[in-house]
Amino acid sequence: MEPFALLLAATLNAGTVLAFASLGLLINERSGIVNLGAEGMMLVAAVAGFAVAVHSGNDWLGFVAGAAAGALLAGVFGLLVIWLNTNQYATGLALSLFGAGFSAFVGISYTQQKLLERPRFAVPWLSDIPFIGTALFKQHPMVYIAMLLTAALAWFLYRSRAGLVLRAVGESPESAHALGYPVRRIRLAAVMVGGALCGVSGAYISVVYTPLWVEGMIAGKGWIALALTTFATWRPARVLLGAYLFGGVTMLQFHLQGEGVDIPSQFLTMLPYLATIVVLVLISRNATFIRVNMPASIGKPFSPGG
Amino acid sequence: MLKLEPRPEASKTMSLLSPLLALAITVILGTVLFMLLGKDPVRGLQMFFVEPLKSAYSLSELAMKATPLLLIALGLAVCFRSNVWNIGAEGQFILGAIAAGGVAMLAGKETGRWIVVAILAAGVLGGMLWAGLVALLRDRFNASEILVSLMLVYVAEMVLSYLVYGPWKDPAGFNFPQSISFLDVTKIPKLMSGSRVNIGLFIALAAVLVFWLFLFRSYAGFQLQVGGLAPAAAKYAGFSSRKALWTALLISGGMAGLAGALEVAGPLGQLTPHVPAGYGFAAIIVAFVGRLHPVGIVFSAILMSMFYIGGELAQSRLGLPKSLTGVFQGLLLFSLLACDTLVQYRVRWKSSKVQVKHPSSPHTIESKA
Repeated sequence: MEPFALLLAATLNAGTVLAFASLGLLINERSGIVNLGAEGMMLVAAVAGFAVAVHSGNDWLGFVAGAAAGALLAGVFGLLVIWLNTNQYATGLALSLFGAGFSAFVGISYTQQKLLERPRFAVPWLSDIPFIGTALFKQHPMVYIAMLLTAALAWFLYRSRAGLVLRAVGESPESAHALGYPVRRIRLAAVMVGGALCGVSGAYISVVYTPLWVEGMIAGKGWIALALTTFATWRPARVLLGAYLFGGVTMLQFHLQGEGVDIPSQFLTMLPYLATIVVLVLISRNATFIRVNMPASIGKPFSPGG
Repeated sequence: MLKLEPRPEASKTMSLLSPLLALAITVILGTVLFMLLGKDPVRGLQMFFVEPLKSAYSLSELAMKATPLLLIALGLAVCFRSNVWNIGAEGQFILGAIAAGGVAMLAGKETGRWIVVAILAAGVLGGMLWAGLVALLRDRFNASEILVSLMLVYVAEMVLSYLVYGPWKDPAGFNFPQSISFLDVTKIPKLMSGSRVNIGLFIALAAVLVFWLFLFRSYAGFQLQVGGLAPAAAKYAGFSSRKALWTALLISGGMAGLAGALEVAGPLGQLTPHVPAGYGFAAIIVAFVGRLHPVGIVFSAILMSMFYIGGELAQSRLGLPKSLTGVFQGLLLFSLLACDTLVQYRVRWKSSKVQVKHPSSPHTIESKA
């Protein structure tokens, strides 16, 4: 039983990485903006978070640095697509390419550095329960924060006035504008919050998940997080479940490699990417279903009065 | 305050000026970056913009790196003009290289020079296969071509890695992850001895002409572009969007595969995990900076090739990381997209007093947003 509990624990941890990024992207897609720059923001945030964690010795400052880096890059992206009406796909792509180059460039002096051994987390009492304790209650606090964030986001979107406004902006920016809401500023805020959460995810990867910095270490997780928002039909709870599902696929791959299963490791490494494609195919097959759930103005530019 | 005002029609002049403006901004940002790093900016910029043009040898290196960028970007231009977002050219390049390498390894003592043709054809087919998968999943299941094509890059990298670590590993290669060195008979013919430039350059330049004819003088090319610009008009005219999707993806996949074949049977001469060099991603920038126009792409491919060589020189001579290339590439695309705003809009100075005087005018609403 114990190995299975460990696998479950690792799955939650891997899912948390994707959950932060994907919840962030969900917020900014709800406002009608797609940011294909997730991968780039996560890479830069991973370097920023790692550097700050190394120098300060404090993981939480690392997360803050990652969030700041993500928000800053997202802000630049936002100014371009929201005020200058540049193509969202091309601009996001530019961000991903820039982030890959920039993170490799600034990160070069950190490739050899190591973070100190981190303390192990355990929830008092609960972590002593056999099986469940190992599986659920010996996690990094960020794992629980991701769960809380999901609940908070669901409440925000469906129960709060501000969430209603955000959804209105994403569904019909023209109507929201006519009602007097500052569509562009709301979109910028959503994009920057999205960037900050992608940043937290990137920093979590380099500080906690695989505590080191290597060039290109995000390895497509930003793109998988983008696919997850579609998979979840833009709903927070489904994003979290999807993230755990993908975390499970990633962990299963390591688990099988560890067990010495007679499959070349490359095919196991492919699994998360293939799973993304399979999931996209399954969910997108029903075009009307996607169209009904997708924020209607997604990807389309909006200029007030124009 | 400064206001953006839509132009009655897109400015042709601006469309051509914008890449130059973007390059100027990139150079300025580069200067700042060099100064921040404590390096002499003049010497830094020299590595990127002067050294690659200095000697016959450096010019031949420039042409060698520009060739794959040019080939891939031509294909991508067709894709982007049709509003098909293939961002996985890197994966199609790898598959082309794998297929071409597979054929090259079949060569024996009696093989003739004709095998080069088979190698290139295999490369094209390999790239088409990978892009065809994207088209199939988009066409049949409506799966986003952006995400699928990108995921397939990672899958392609793993397929290559499996082959060079596994069945295709050179038994006499001291356990290095690499295939056998291909026989000389499989090598793409070189243009002259002493340089690494091969006939790939001519193939690429011929492709420029073919793509120009296809885009601007053929009915099929016209249909694709109408579909990209105005899907509703294309539908009304009876142009098939499915056909456009398949054509665009197969063409761009084939071109990326061809580039992969030329690399692996040209300068590389064997398969290693280092076959993917980022050309597939850089070519996206090349396509946009070249205005998705075959002739423009020639210039932007040369520029991007200068960035590659400049990065290598900055590493060997100034001790800067090679990834500087990626930073410059990203900055260039960012600046370009920002400058492109001036194609559709012009900047006007508007005094804010007007808005105060006419509280009921639409300007007031505008200023709020």
